Amino acid sequence: MVDYRIDRRSGVATYVQIVQQTKQALRLGLLEPGDKLPTAREVVEATAINPNTVLKAYRELEREGLVEARRGLGTFVRRTLGAGVQAADTPLRAELDDWAKRARAAGLGREDVDALFTAVLDEHFPKGDQ
Amino acid sequence: MSSTSATPAVALEASGLGKRYGRRPAALDGCSFRLPTSRISALVGPNGAGKSTLLAIAAGLLRPTSGTLTVLGEAPGAARDRISYLAQNKPLYPQLTIAETLRMGAELNPARWDAACAARIVEQGDLDPKSRIRGLSGGQRTRVALALALGKRPELMLLDEPMADLDPLARHELMGTLMADAAEHGTTVLMSSHIVAELADACDHLLLLGGGRVRLGGGIDDLLAAHTLVTGRGTPADLAPHTVIESRTAGRGLTALIRRDGPVGEGWAAEEPSLEELLLAHLRAPEAPALLTPGTTATAEAVTA
Repeated sequence: MVDYRIDRRSGVATYVQIVQQTKQALRLGLLEPGDKLPTAREVVEATAINPNTVLKAYRELEREGLVEARRGLGTFVRRTLGAGVQAADTPLRAELDDWAKRARAAGLGREDVDALFTAVLDEHFPKGDQ
Repeated sequence: MSSTSATPAVALEASGLGKRYGRRPAALDGCSFRLPTSRISALVGPNGAGKSTLLAIAAGLLRPTSGTLTVLGEAPGAARDRISYLAQNKPLYPQLTIAETLRMGAELNPARWDAACAARIVEQGDLDPKSRIRGLSGGQRTRVALALALGKRPELMLLDEPMADLDPLARHELMGTLMADAAEHGTTVLMSSHIVAELADACDHLLLLGGGRVRLGGGIDDLLAAHTLVTGRGTPADLAPHTVIESRTAGRGLTALIRRDGPVGEGWAAEEPSLEELLLAHLRAPEAPALLTPGTTATAEAVTA
């Protein structure tokens, strides 16, 4: 089961936080195919957010094929995100690790690297398409 | 979530609503809007904007001086069985105990009363059902009043500053209870508050009152999307044809909240405002034109100039 935690100061839209936390739970194996997500009622009772925000997040997860709504029963996990991370875990991570070492050796500070990385990230993954 | 027709069912519809107390300036003056059902709407505005007056008229406790207001399709008094109204001062009988107060709720609402729901709200606050209302703190009385309001299982809740005297934990719990009720039963909620942070998460609809009228009305996402916060070099005049709600210059830079008319021009950094930014800008600029998103204006013939 996931326990959503809403950070009001993060500047990230509340429904996006629910989407992200669900994906994180899928990656960490806290949720597996067949598991039921909490009902909108349960989420709003615990977080005091608007019910439509939860439904919007669940629709987004459904659109991405991660969960499915079964009428009258609830919303269930369809697939996990574990595999994606494992694939990314080895060669890609090693290359990034190597890149970070070189950036540091070149005298870049953490903020410089962060800015550079974000700029490249934005170029390849435009904002609208998350 | 009761209506299946193409036009959403309407919880409240005001047209040309006015209320004047004696010789003072009108509390409401040509107030027109429509609130669809199953929305959780914030009612916001400066002190004296007419929020409490509007809620009391909707509850059937005040008669408007002009115009009309329909509540769940009926005259305000006629819908009394289907609404809960929580006044700002949370009136309860001081000599009754909590248990007696809840029993009163049951006796007065025989057809709808949900005893388990009301009892749960009281228990959550660690209140002894045998204590008298007189001896409760302001926040505890609010909890009992909300237990009465929710125990009635209303279709529409009218709440006048419901959370003002609650501690942060009680506020979070009771807001959660309110949202859970809305999620389960599709209850429409209209609540006034000055605490924007509280409203931003809980509400999906906004009514901003000012000068006795609705200045902003509609879904919060739609209202936010209609406005843009721009930063750049220039003067407010350079922002035409957009409507500049508020602008500030700092050195060479200009920051403005605009209501867009087409895309924002080159050279301006554009961001969507937060609810707080949108509200503050409109509160600081009382002469900004009103905006009601589609579906939230009163029916055509009723709209007054």
